[in-house]
Amino acid sequence: MKPAPFDYHDPATLDEAVSLLGELDDDVKILAGGQSLIPLLNMRLARPAALIDLRKITELDYIREDNGAIAIGALTTQRSVERSQLVKDRLPVLHEATRLIAHPQIRNRGTVGGSLAHADPAAEYPAVALLLDAEFKIRSASGERTVSASDFFITYLTTSLGSADILAEIRFPTLPEGTGWSFIEMTRRHGDFALAGAGVTIADSGGQCSAARIVLFGVDATPVRASGAEQALVGQELSVELIERAAQTARDEVGEPLSDNHASSEFRRHLAGVMTERALTEAAGRAGWAGS
Amino acid sequence: MTADRKVSVTVNGVKYEASAEPRTTLVDFLRVELGLTGTHVGCEHGVCGACTILMDGKSVRSCIMLAVQADGAELTTVEGLSVDGALHPIQQAFRDTHGLQCGFCTPGFLMTIYELLEENPNPNDDEIKDALGGNLCRCTGYQSIVEAVHKAAARSAS
Repeated sequence: MKPAPFDYHDPATLDEAVSLLGELDDDVKILAGGQSLIPLLNMRLARPAALIDLRKITELDYIREDNGAIAIGALTTQRSVERSQLVKDRLPVLHEATRLIAHPQIRNRGTVGGSLAHADPAAEYPAVALLLDAEFKIRSASGERTVSASDFFITYLTTSLGSADILAEIRFPTLPEGTGWSFIEMTRRHGDFALAGAGVTIADSGGQCSAARIVLFGVDATPVRASGAEQALVGQELSVELIERAAQTARDEVGEPLSDNHASSEFRRHLAGVMTERALTEAAGRAGWAGS
Repeated sequence: MTADRKVSVTVNGVKYEASAEPRTTLVDFLRVELGLTGTHVGCEHGVCGACTILMDGKSVRSCIMLAVQADGAELTTVEGLSVDGALHPIQQAFRDTHGLQCGFCTPGFLMTIYELLEENPNPNDDEIKDALGGNLCRCTGYQSIVEAVHKAAARSAS
């Protein structure tokens, strides 16, 4: 199908964009790379009265290291992140998560901010943002505010961005030296949305797990932390049995995943356990655990 | 405004300017306004890859882009591959290995492979399959397409 008609605006600066957004009424969509929004327009699942296209706002296209974080402008393409040597060196988990997003043609257009603002619960960026406790810098006509990843994602395709807000920058904290990480997912076909996936960071101190963070995606209305499984790990000596137990806990604490024609709820729950176990094993190995 | 906008693009080295409603997708702009029907429209939601073209050298799906988003860009479509009627090495390799049957998906495959070989002149099977993951073919079977990529790469190297 073809999109329904809309008014089109392409402001040249972020200041212009936020003031325009403040002036227009609520039925406005922000267009970044369009890799989620334009399919929705084509299928007429979205019929906004107006679009504000951010394509001219090149000031929001950057990747830089800043005070313990990798700061990424919201309009940076996923391809730029995938290819960034800085990201490969300083935050390889973000590189790995980016590689799993759809296909090269999508990553060439899709942006970091667009994916996060769209907030598909099976998408990679919301999950890696929660895993790393990323901060979201949000602009509106009335100023700037910062929201943490745990407060940003509300439910399916819904974030704390208000109708006057534009996401400007995302700050992904780098990991302490020696932290192990993993980011994996299960898809039916290469490049599809994940049926379920897991992101893990883990610290091993002399054979003991001193910190662990587990995020599951594709299994709930937003990416979720497996807090019970995290608690089961911290302070314990890492072993195959401990990892299996933590994965079982993660599987049990998943709520009621969606059933659709790609996977049943029960299969997604099962995958949550499998993904957790594999991710923990890989991350523990990267943290120096010799048992994997 | 919903009013038409002027869109200026360079396609295969030729400058075009035409007006388009903001809601016009880039693939419809190419096919309907510019008459360049080599680029095919498949699923219209970014899944099948048939509409893949190059925008400023990068592969993009022209069905999930608006024409207004391409204003000022350099585009390459399948019509830009052959020179003076001679098939491009990628096209010749498709012909040689039976890399196409009905041909509907072929323009998208060709443009995706063009980008791949520009960036990686000698890809292995895994790299080829990774690059082609976003293009669907329903009749040839993918093996002969992968073979075509190897053949095109070898021919370009010689």
